[in-house]
Amino acid sequence: MTATQDATASKVTDAGKPQKRGGRPSAWTRLTANPMTVVGMVLLAILLLLAIAAPILPLPNPDATVLSDRLLPPFSEGAILGTDHLGRDLLSRLIWGTRVSVAVGLAATLVAAVIGSAIGLIAAYYGRVVDAVLMRSIDTLMAFPYLLLALAIVAALGPGLLNALMAIAVVNIPFFARAVRGQALAIKNLDYIAAARLSGFSDARIILAEMLPNVLPVVIVTMSTTLSWMILETAGLSFLGLGAQPPTADLGSMLGDGRDLIHRAAWVAVLPGLVILLLAIGINLVGDGVRDVMDPRLKSGALARPAPATTRRLPKDDPAAPAMGERDVLRVRKLTTHFEVGDRVLRAVRDVSFSIRRGEALGVVGESGSGKSVTALSLLGLVASPPGVLVDGEIWFNHRQHGPMDLARASMRELRRIRGDRIAYIFQDPLTALNPVLKCGEQVAEALVVHRDMGWPEAEREAVRLFETVKLPTPKEKANSFPHELSGGQRQRVMIAMALANKPDLIVADEPTTALDVTTQRRVLELLNELRHEHDAALLFISHDFGVIADLCDRVQVMYAGEVAEEGEAAELFRNPSHPYTQRLLACVPGLGRNDEIEAIPGLPPAVDDLGVGCPFADRCAEAEPACEDGRILLRRVTATHHARCIHAAGPELPEADDDGRISHG
Amino acid sequence: MFAYTVRRLIQAIPVLFGISIIVFLVISLIPGDPATAILGAFATPENVARVNRELGLDEPMPVQYLQWLGGVLQGDFGRSYALDRPVADELGERIGPTFLLAITALILATIFGLLAGSIAAVRQYGWADRILSLLVLVGISTPSFWLGMMAIIFFSLTLGLFPTGDMTSLFGGGGVLDVLWHLTLPAITLAMVATGVVARLTRANMLEVLRQDYVRTARAKGVPEHLVIRRHAFRNALVTLVPIIGIQAGFVLGGAVYIEEVFQWPGMGRMLVNAIGQRDIILVQGGVMVIATAFVLINLATDLIQSALDPRVRGR
Repeated sequence: MTATQDATASKVTDAGKPQKRGGRPSAWTRLTANPMTVVGMVLLAILLLLAIAAPILPLPNPDATVLSDRLLPPFSEGAILGTDHLGRDLLSRLIWGTRVSVAVGLAATLVAAVIGSAIGLIAAYYGRVVDAVLMRSIDTLMAFPYLLLALAIVAALGPGLLNALMAIAVVNIPFFARAVRGQALAIKNLDYIAAARLSGFSDARIILAEMLPNVLPVVIVTMSTTLSWMILETAGLSFLGLGAQPPTADLGSMLGDGRDLIHRAAWVAVLPGLVILLLAIGINLVGDGVRDVMDPRLKSGALARPAPATTRRLPKDDPAAPAMGERDVLRVRKLTTHFEVGDRVLRAVRDVSFSIRRGEALGVVGESGSGKSVTALSLLGLVASPPGVLVDGEIWFNHRQHGPMDLARASMRELRRIRGDRIAYIFQDPLTALNPVLKCGEQVAEALVVHRDMGWPEAEREAVRLFETVKLPTPKEKANSFPHELSGGQRQRVMIAMALANKPDLIVADEPTTALDVTTQRRVLELLNELRHEHDAALLFISHDFGVIADLCDRVQVMYAGEVAEEGEAAELFRNPSHPYTQRLLACVPGLGRNDEIEAIPGLPPAVDDLGVGCPFADRCAEAEPACEDGRILLRRVTATHHARCIHAAGPELPEADDDGRISHG
Repeated sequence: MFAYTVRRLIQAIPVLFGISIIVFLVISLIPGDPATAILGAFATPENVARVNRELGLDEPMPVQYLQWLGGVLQGDFGRSYALDRPVADELGERIGPTFLLAITALILATIFGLLAGSIAAVRQYGWADRILSLLVLVGISTPSFWLGMMAIIFFSLTLGLFPTGDMTSLFGGGGVLDVLWHLTLPAITLAMVATGVVARLTRANMLEVLRQDYVRTARAKGVPEHLVIRRHAFRNALVTLVPIIGIQAGFVLGGAVYIEEVFQWPGMGRMLVNAIGQRDIILVQGGVMVIATAFVLINLATDLIQSALDPRVRGR
């Protein structure tokens, strides 16, 4: 099914040579790229060709009864698949029966598609009363068990193939009507439809010429799902004796004939069912392929399940642990994380190095897509994988008991023990980051239960105490509430309580206040600052907001296109920004910038799958010169505690080997 | 929760009305004359007129509908001509076996569908996923009436493990074990397609849920992966899956018609097929109405289960 295609799509290519993505491959190419779809196509093509060619194939008359040749088993002379109770040749009957079954199934699908689409389009276009009446009727049709309504219709019309066809078509109309209406509503208010209305085109013309082409993909997808049902169900009605009537035979009525013979001549019943099965498998395989191609979410493995930890493809070496003092918490060296999407490699984080000490707050700033969140998530293998891959780097965490350990090479078990215990995360949007079906208290208590020898009742009492610490009003009540019952600020306090539960050594806060309004923002930040001092924890604070960073952080790291552009002591960096990007960013912040005019940076950050060797900011930089694009720009030492990756920065280049651990702590 | 239950119960009433109108209309729009259908082609005009009067067919349509609905609400579904007994009595006998079969199949489909779908999602692209996906594909592509016959050929005729049909234990004689013995093959066969659909949707939903932010939060918290799957992902996936299982009940109730026919199960499905063959319209009307009502009630039940699982639904 979809598995094979997704696996092919996310095939890993040589990370060193990112390929440029060419033009979008045609729908047909993408369809045939999936081997299972091709299997389905071949299967269907064989069955359909046989059915279409039935009149010209050298087959005996399917209805010719030869009483002397009754119930010949398969592989008999003159009847390769045997004969039935009237001595009729089964191969011939199967091929002619397939013809009838496919024709009826296709006809029913077309009828359902035309009527259903018409209802969906009319309901969407006219809206209001028309919509209400039509969709209520459709809902009522859907309130019937599927086959039962078909039975009721056949009961009314009487048995017969045409009546069975109509019955099956009717019960499938709702699927088309609903899908088409949904899509039509989505496009109804688009400009060109409104323009067509204003130009006085007739309703019929707008519906047929403007809206119909846009809902066709939905119709095709629905056909691909319903066709196999319709073939199965018409066969079913024939099996019950309510569809095809003798002498007409479809696969279902042949099965009905075979039913009484299962004791004596099982093959008469086995074979028609087998053909129906193959037909349905073929249709379902092709249908799955069509849906994969047409549903944008299924493309390029976007629905792949993120693994419990980020995939690693690290160089095969065993780096030695650096010397870490008692106050050192984290030392990251040359962290490199890629996203591998199809045959594209997005270099989200490149050679990022930094370190944090106990009680210190390091701010990471940059535009969205600069790699700041990916850096944070890489620390504990939380980058979604696929598509994320940890490609290089060392992540040394100074564990209280075990000393320095490299999280980039730690086992899943070691990682899990550190997650939420020694290093805790606070995410951006607390509404999506909290589990909607679990109570807030439960979610905080869980952090205690999984890391400590603590039972649930005790942990839930502790959660209430933590809610007091983060100043949630009525903490007991809040512990018993679900996330959607709290305000945004309260939800983020729950997240903070969760992060602090095990008194971590490092708190990673990834834009913790971006989703909140300004006043709440300030109060949450004050709380976070107060608590980290109280716990003497290190804080890695990620934000796109220089103002917030300036209030909170001791040191700052500016990221651009996955690289560290500039870093240093906060006061120093703000006083003397040495990278043009930092200068422009600071200029955007009122009160912090050196000049008063606020202007946006022209242009956009570069695509991280298409980076040259030189400075990634050169395209947007007013001071760019040819040398900027010549080779890799190294960090330059502005002062001992301030570095910038720009050829214009004052000071000598740091040797590449020293590109890490450069901030000395005395 | 109580208020939500009451609200959903009230919302079900117009749906049931709509169903009764459709059942009544479908049957009343029969081409030809029901009286002729009952009496045969050689009936005298006097007899036809008499039967029409007895059936109330000389009244205008809305009056006919109200008369029929009034009867139905009092448990009077009319009289079956072919069987010559009250429809309600016949339905009363047939309901039990059909629901026993359908509910068993639905429970099997739920358990195995959720299990298979979750395993496939958690082992995405692994061998378990591939094998399960293949089984699911075959499951949803197999005509259940054929599968039933294959089961009879293999398990009953060849191995002699299970009976080929003739379920009579429900009406005296035979104990629970005998009922189960007769139930095994039909229930598994009937569950097959629904299991495939539930497994497919479970896999898709689990994959969707596993990408959500709160799953990342749970992992960032250090929750062991098996609990991330069970407590965080599966519980959320279940919220969407429960109503889907309710919808599957419709396919199971419909599919029961085939299975009852194949295994000679004494339920509503066989009764309906016979009644349609004999053009015993009043019996069809009653049978369809009862099964459709059961379907609405099952969906109501799954909605209530969903609201118990998801606090957000209750507030709506």
